[in-house]
Amino acid sequence: MSDIDQIVVETAARLFADDVTPQLRNAAEAGSWPQALWEAVADLGLPEALVPEQAGGYGLDPLVALAVVRTAARFAVPLPLAETLWANRLLAAAGLSRPSGPVTFFAPATSAPSVDPLQITRSADGWRLVGHAPRVPWGAQADVVVVADSADGPMIARVPAGRATVTAGDNLAAEPRDDLAFDLVLPADSVAPAPRLALSLQEAGAALRAIQMAGALERVLELSVRYASERVQFGRPIGKFQAVQQNLAILAGQTAAAGGAADLAAEALAEDLDPLPIAIAKARTGEAASSACAIAHQVHGAIGFTHEHELHHFTRRLWAWRDEYGNDTHWNARVGAAVTAAGADGLWPLITAA
Amino acid sequence: MTETSITFPPPPADTLSDLRAEVRDFLATALANRKPRDRARTWTGFDADFSAQMGERGWIGMTWPKRYGGHERSALERYVVLEEMLAAGAPVAAHWIADRQSGPLLLKAGTEEQRQAILPRIAAGQCFFCIGMSEPDSGSDLAAARTRATPVEGGFRVNGTKLWTTYGHKSHYMILFCRTGAADDRHGGTSQLLVDLSTPGITIRPIADLSGEHHFNEVVFEDVFLPSSAVIGALGDGWNQVMGELAFERSGPERFLSSFILLVEAVRALGQSPSVAAQAAVGRLTGQIVTLRRLSRSVAGLLQRGENPALQAALVKDQGALLEQEIPEVVRTILAVEPSLRSPVDLSNVLAHIVLAAPCFSLRGGTREILRGIIARGLGLR
Repeated sequence: MSDIDQIVVETAARLFADDVTPQLRNAAEAGSWPQALWEAVADLGLPEALVPEQAGGYGLDPLVALAVVRTAARFAVPLPLAETLWANRLLAAAGLSRPSGPVTFFAPATSAPSVDPLQITRSADGWRLVGHAPRVPWGAQADVVVVADSADGPMIARVPAGRATVTAGDNLAAEPRDDLAFDLVLPADSVAPAPRLALSLQEAGAALRAIQMAGALERVLELSVRYASERVQFGRPIGKFQAVQQNLAILAGQTAAAGGAADLAAEALAEDLDPLPIAIAKARTGEAASSACAIAHQVHGAIGFTHEHELHHFTRRLWAWRDEYGNDTHWNARVGAAVTAAGADGLWPLITAA
Repeated sequence: MTETSITFPPPPADTLSDLRAEVRDFLATALANRKPRDRARTWTGFDADFSAQMGERGWIGMTWPKRYGGHERSALERYVVLEEMLAAGAPVAAHWIADRQSGPLLLKAGTEEQRQAILPRIAAGQCFFCIGMSEPDSGSDLAAARTRATPVEGGFRVNGTKLWTTYGHKSHYMILFCRTGAADDRHGGTSQLLVDLSTPGITIRPIADLSGEHHFNEVVFEDVFLPSSAVIGALGDGWNQVMGELAFERSGPERFLSSFILLVEAVRALGQSPSVAAQAAVGRLTGQIVTLRRLSRSVAGLLQRGENPALQAALVKDQGALLEQEIPEVVRTILAVEPSLRSPVDLSNVLAHIVLAAPCFSLRGGTREILRGIIARGLGLR
């Protein structure tokens, strides 16, 4: 990372450290949109961080933009930042205009057929979009990028916030996960043939969540080590007990593995969405999340089980994110399918190419 | 805020596809008749002829200066050769210790005479080493070693017993960790000496392992005379020398590939239509290997830059041993096979070998508990 890149990440970290207070997170959980925080994030240009320079972006290294996503998760930033970065990337690739506010995207699950898949057809005054999009992150607050089948092949469209019929929902961390029903007409200039990047939405979502999980795990490790150093029982900090030290060493190992896996996902996301490293990353970070959250709560004892302590802002996100865009088993099976196709003697070449 | 972040920078780009292809071509021929049960031994498989072939190829002492028989290649080129050897189950044990730690130690701390006499022979794949660290009362607590080298006219007289000396019976030399100073100077009173194992007074006795095989030995020193020229580096530097080498010993591909041949055979046995559960299990293990390999290569990059990533190396080894030990347990859940060392069925045989070898994966090179203590120290907890 160059000095400039480092400054981008550090500036974002400073903003999050100053502005993302427990009060702000709690208010967001209760349903209030943190407009001031969004404006501060937008002032830094972060929503456009993955837009290539030739499409009007800042020409930031995509890996730096994704390091910002990881940093945001390290502070449990209650905004659709990851979603906005990727949605704007897709809009830029399709040559569509980008809003100044938040944008999310809908990734149909690939493991089960959708009951009411999105369809888009030409109409007299533009394009008519119909269908159902379950569990869209911040689906009520943000513009939504969707990909829908049409007679001309898959099309990408941006639906302005407030146009869909919303059934509000959330995940374990009370992040909005809204069901959207579409039956509306979009102007012709908000629809375009889907670029190749937009055909792997579940992979993109999985890669983003893997990166976010790595960031949240870093904070879980920090909180746990700090608590073990401060909490005194039997006359000494509990971190002096070998049993606690051994568990924290496992937590560090899981965090390190998740970090390495997330780097694989970031590189794939920055390039051409190679599904294998993304599958590996999502499964590995999900597994790390399960192990790490259990240890972190054990180390924190009763105080970590309270809403008052901040640990849960990270562990509840990890418990939610590990199951979004395909759980560990889903992605492990994808990796396994690649191994089956490669065969026993192709296993090692597959590993060295991943 | 407590600074507990542990960084694994991106590994250096893999631009060595020519070298990798060259090694794969060589192995395809050299190991054409090697059975899975033998491949399963990887870096405990001893074959002096194979080591000599590797020496001819220039794949031992790869990073050492040419004047000592080395090839002045990068640590990452060496990494490629190592991981290809391990993944193929090549019998690399004969030269392994000399290439990984004894040679580098002599290069760093040895006398010019020691380097010239020994390094070219190691690089040629003709000179094998064993490690003389553990003792009956000194395992994880290395500083408790009692073997003592007492100064005498022209050198030292050595008395004591070394234990778990892998391939001591087939090695030419041992790097002996022993006491040379005051008994109460746990660290400063230790040195390392270069021992020609044909020296009179050395008795090497076999110790069979769980599978009945003979890798380990007990090496007894009874009034063994070693010349002054046997000292490596300065007297009293033993502890620092040993600690300085640990990052090299703990982060390599041998720390997560010990059970790899079993995974290969499991994939073969599952065939073209495994259940989704079996596929997910195999996919999970594969993903774990990919992830650990990335971390391990990251550490290799740090070592190449001259850093001492002892904490990162401990993390790689701890995670690696967990994976190596889990592979046989997972294979048992997805394939119905009874392990037997006498079975003619490859999978059964390989599983038997790995089940019986697995306990060692979290003992050798630093026990799990010691590694986690190192990690806890790195986190600032002790």
